[in-house]
Amino acid sequence: MAQPLVKKDDDRDDEAEYSPFLGIEKGAVLQEARIFNDPQLDPRRCSQVITKLLYLLNQGESFTKVEATEVFFAVTKLFQSKDIGLRRMVYLMIKELSPSADEVIIVTSSLMRDMNSKTDMYRANAIRVLCRITDGTLLTQIERYLKQAIVDKNPVVASAALVSGFHLLQTNPEIVKRWSNEVQEAVQSRAALVQFHALALLHQIRQNDRLAVSKLVTSLTRGTVRSPLAQCLLIRYTSQVIRESSNVQNGDRPFYDYLEGCLRHKAEMVIFEAARAITELSGVTSRELTPAITVLQLFLSSSKPVLRFAAVRTLNKVAMTHPMAVTNCNIDMESLISDQNRSIATLAITTLLKTGNESSVDRLMKQITNFMSDIADEFKIVVVEAIRSLCLKFPLKYRSLMNFLSNILREEGGFEYKKAIVDSIVFLIRDIPDAKESGLLHLCEFIEDCEFTYLSTQILHFLGIEGPKTSDPSKYIRYIYNRVILENATVRASAVSTLAKFGAMVDSLKPRIFVLLRRCLFDSDDEVRDRATLYLNTLGGDGTVVETDKDVKDFLFGSLDIPLVNLETSLKNYEPSEKPFDISSVPREVKSQPLAEKKAPGKKPTGLGAPPPGPTSAIDAYEKLLSSIPEFSSFGKLFKSSAPVELTEAETEYAVNVVKHIFDRHVVFQYNCTNTIPEQMLENVIVIVDASEAEEFSEVASKPLRSLPYDTPGQTFVAFEKPEGVPAVGKFSNMLRFIVKEVDPSTGEAEDDGVEDEYQLEDLEVLAADYMLKVGVSNFKNAWDSMDPDTERVDEYGLGPRESLAEAVSAVISLLGMQPCEGTESIPSNSRSHTCLLSGVYIGNVKVLVRLSFGIDAQREVAMKLAVRSDDEAVSDAIHEIVASG
Amino acid sequence: DLCPSVKNILLLDSEGKRVAVKYYTDDWPTNSAKLAFEKSVFTKTQKTNARTEAEITMFENNIVIYKFVQDLHFFVTGGEDENELILSTVLQGFFDAVTLLLRNNVDKREALENLDLILLCLDEIVDGGMILETDASVIAGKVATNILDAGAPLSEQTISQALATAREHLTRSLLK
Repeated sequence: MAQPLVKKDDDRDDEAEYSPFLGIEKGAVLQEARIFNDPQLDPRRCSQVITKLLYLLNQGESFTKVEATEVFFAVTKLFQSKDIGLRRMVYLMIKELSPSADEVIIVTSSLMRDMNSKTDMYRANAIRVLCRITDGTLLTQIERYLKQAIVDKNPVVASAALVSGFHLLQTNPEIVKRWSNEVQEAVQSRAALVQFHALALLHQIRQNDRLAVSKLVTSLTRGTVRSPLAQCLLIRYTSQVIRESSNVQNGDRPFYDYLEGCLRHKAEMVIFEAARAITELSGVTSRELTPAITVLQLFLSSSKPVLRFAAVRTLNKVAMTHPMAVTNCNIDMESLISDQNRSIATLAITTLLKTGNESSVDRLMKQITNFMSDIADEFKIVVVEAIRSLCLKFPLKYRSLMNFLSNILREEGGFEYKKAIVDSIVFLIRDIPDAKESGLLHLCEFIEDCEFTYLSTQILHFLGIEGPKTSDPSKYIRYIYNRVILENATVRASAVSTLAKFGAMVDSLKPRIFVLLRRCLFDSDDEVRDRATLYLNTLGGDGTVVETDKDVKDFLFGSLDIPLVNLETSLKNYEPSEKPFDISSVPREVKSQPLAEKKAPGKKPTGLGAPPPGPTSAIDAYEKLLSSIPEFSSFGKLFKSSAPVELTEAETEYAVNVVKHIFDRHVVFQYNCTNTIPEQMLENVIVIVDASEAEEFSEVASKPLRSLPYDTPGQTFVAFEKPEGVPAVGKFSNMLRFIVKEVDPSTGEAEDDGVEDEYQLEDLEVLAADYMLKVGVSNFKNAWDSMDPDTERVDEYGLGPRESLAEAVSAVISLLGMQPCEGTESIPSNSRSHTCLLSGVYIGNVKVLVRLSFGIDAQREVAMKLAVRSDDEAVSDAIHEIVASG
Repeated sequence: DLCPSVKNILLLDSEGKRVAVKYYTDDWPTNSAKLAFEKSVFTKTQKTNARTEAEITMFENNIVIYKFVQDLHFFVTGGEDENELILSTVLQGFFDAVTLLLRNNVDKREALENLDLILLCLDEIVDGGMILETDASVIAGKVATNILDAGAPLSEQTISQALATAREHLTRSLLK
C-alpha cells in the first residue's frame, strides 16, 4: 500500500529540502529580535522574527531564563504598533513564553486595554492570553470584564471568556463559581460554540451538586441545544445522571427517550455519542439496545473509516455482554474483515468470533486466514485468543480450527504469538478427544523447527503425557529423538524424560526406547546423562520386556504435589548423614503468610517476635513453638495452622489476633497480643473463652502470659479437645483478662499494685475450611482422572444474586479453603461462566479435588455445579455439606 | 472529566519531521517523549492510505485520527474513551482551514512559508485541550482577518481572492 503520491524523486531532492528556516540558528534570531526595540517598527519584519522564534520553540529548542526574559521584554514593546497581524503574533508569543509573575505585571495594562478594545479580535485574544498567564490576585481585578465578556454579543469573545473560565476553575474555583448567572445566560446563546463552552463550564461549576446537575439535564433535554458538541456533552451528563439515579429496577429508565431521540439527530457525532451511551447503560435490556445497534450497523457500511471504526469498536464491546444483540450486524461485520484499515478488520473479526454461529465458522476461518499475514503480532494474539474460546463453544468445528492454528503456527511470529497458538492447541487437545492425534502431530512438527526452548520443553512434556495414550505411540518417537540429536541441553533433557514416559507406558516400545536412552548416556551434558541413567534404572533397562511398576509410573507421571519452595527449604536444611533425605518430611501446606504477621496499618511487629530467616514455612515454626509447650506436646502432629484472624479493631488499646492450630484431637488458639499504651504494663494475661456455641469442644488447657509490657508482643494459648478426626465447627467468644499496672513514664518502672481488668474481643469461629490443607496439583486433569469415579459427588447450588462472577468464585474458594489450580481462580472480566479447579488435603490426610462450574445470568443470579472426588466418599459428602451450610 | 478533549495536534512532513505541533496535556512531558510519540505515530501510519478519507488507529491507549495530503501528515490525538467523530471533526477543521489558508497549495514548503498562519490556525482550533472552533471557514476567517488588516498580502494573490477561492472550495465540498 505504498503511496504513489509521495514518490521520492532524486531530481526534486534539493527543492524538497528547501525550507525558509534552512540554517536557522537561535543566537542569530535572538539578535534579530532586537528590532523590536526600534523606534520605527516594521510590523512585517517583526512578525517574521516572531514566527522564527515560534519555529525554534516548536522544534523543541528552549530558551534560557535570560534569553526568555530578554525576548519577553522586547516583545512587550510591540504593543506600540497598531498592526493587527503583528498583535496577533505577539499574543501567541507571550503564551508560548509563559512569563513569570513579575513579568506578567509588565503586560497586564496593555492586555487590559486590549480587553476593553472595540476590536472583537483584540478582546477575545487579550482575554485568552491574560487568563493563561495570570495568577489569582490579578483575576479579581479583571473579573468584572470577564463576566461582561461571557455575555458579549460577539461569540468569539464569549467563547474566549468561557473557555478561559473553564481552565481557571482548576486554580481559582471560588472566583469562577461567582459567574454562574452569566454562564447560565450564555447556555441560551444562539451561537453554537458559545452554547457548548457555556454548558461545559456550567456543568464543571456544578459538578459536585448532584441535584443541580440533574436539574440542568432535565431542563436542557427538554429544550433545544443547537450545537452538536453541546449535544454530545448533554448526552454524557445525562448518562451520568442515569448512572447515579438508582431506580432502574421497575418501569422506564429516566431519560432513555431523550437518548433514543438523539439517535435521529442530524450530526453523526451526536448519533454515535447517544448510541454509545445506550450500550453502556448498566443492565441495558435488549429492547433498549436495539435502536442503538441499528444506527451503529448503518455506520458499519459508511465510506468513512472513522465511522466504521467507532461503530465496530462499540459493537465489539457490546458483543462481550450481549452477543445476541450484535448478531444482526454479522453480514456487515464480515465485509469489514477485508477492510483496508487493520484495526477495523481485527475488531470485526473478534466481534464475529464472539457472535458467530456454528455454520459460519468455516467461512470465517477462511477469511481470517487471508487476513492474518498482514497484521501485527499483537492483533494476531487477540485473534488466536478469540479462536480458542470459539473452539470451546463449537467443539464439532475443531477440525477447521485446528487446521487454522497449525497453519499459523508454521508462519513467522514472535514468542508471545507462538505461545498463544501452542496454548490454544493444547487447550483443544485436552478438551476435545477427537482433536488429540492431529493436534499432537502439529505440535511435533512445530518442535522440529522451533526456536523457543521454553515452548519445546513444554510441548515435549505434554507429549510425554498424552502421546503414549494414542493409538500409535511409536510415530512420535522419531520427533522426540530428533530433539535429543539436534537441540540444546535443556531441550535434550526434556526429550529424554519424554522418551522414558513412552517406555514406561508402552511395553512394546520398551526395547527400542532402551536403545535410545543408552545412546543418551554419552551426551555431553550432565543433566541429560543423569536423566538417561535414572530412567534406565527405574525402567529396568536390562532389555527384558516387563510391565512397569506402579511405583515407577507414579514417579514418572505423578505430579509433584509438594510446593517447590518447601522442597527447596527442606533440601537446604538437610544435613548429610546416614539417614537419606525423606521427601515425605517436606511440608505440603502452601505458605500463605510469613510467620511475623503484619499488623495492618502500624509498623510494630506483633505475633511471634523476630521473623525467622528465609522462607521456612510458618507451620514449621508453629510446630516447634507448640511442641516446646509441655501442655501441648502430647497433641501429636500439627495438621494445619490458620492465618491470623484479627480480634480487635485497628488502633485500639490492645491489639489481639489469633492463630488456630488444628490437631487430630485438639485445637489450640494462639492469641498474639500487643499492648499499645506506654503508661501501662499488663500481667497475667489470659483469654477467657466461652465455648457454649461450640458444643463439640471442651477446654483442656490454657497458658497465660506472665507480663505484657508496652509494644512487646506476647502470646497466650487456650487448648480444646474435640472428637478425633471430626471436622467440628463452632463459635467462641473471647474476653481478654489481665492485671493492669501504671508505668511511670520518666523511669519506665511499673507500680507495685495493679487492678484486674477485662477487654472484650471479637468472636472467633472454627470453620470447615480450617480442616482443609491447601495442596495444589500440577496437572488437575490427570489427578482427577486418577481418582476413583465412584467417590464423585455432584450437585447444583444457587448462590443468589452476586456482585460479580469473580466475587462468587472467590467466596466459594475461601469457604472451602482449598488451593486453586492452573490459574482458574482468576476470571476474565465480563465472563458469563467459569470453571474453577480446586485441590486440597482434608483432615485425616484425605486428598480432595473439586471442580466448580459457575454461571451468571443477566440478573446477576449465580448458579454453581459442584463436583468432588476424594480418597474417601464420606469426605466428598462433607465438602457438599460445607457448601450447603455455607 | 466529561468534556471532550484533544491531547495534541501534529503536522508532520513525509519523513515524520515536525512542521508544527501543539500538545495540550502532560502525557508527553519532555521534548524527547514528544518526538518519540511523533516517530511511532508516523511509522505506524505511513503505509496507510489516508488521502481521500481521514483514517484512524488506536495507539498506546490513544485514538489517533489522521489525514495526508502531498508531503504533509495531519494528526489529532485524543484519549481512548473519546468520541472518535468529535476528534475527526477537529482534524477536518484543521485540515480544511489549512487548505483554505494555503489556497489549495497544501504541501510542506507552502506550510513552512506560511508557518505563522499554521500556528495561528492551531491557536484558533483548540485552547488548552478544549475545542474552540471546528468550522474551517470560521477558523481560516479568524486567522486571515489579521493578515487582511495588516495590509500585507502574502504573495501574488490577495486575501480576498483567497477567501473567494476558499468559499468556492467549501461550496464544492458541500455539494459533493
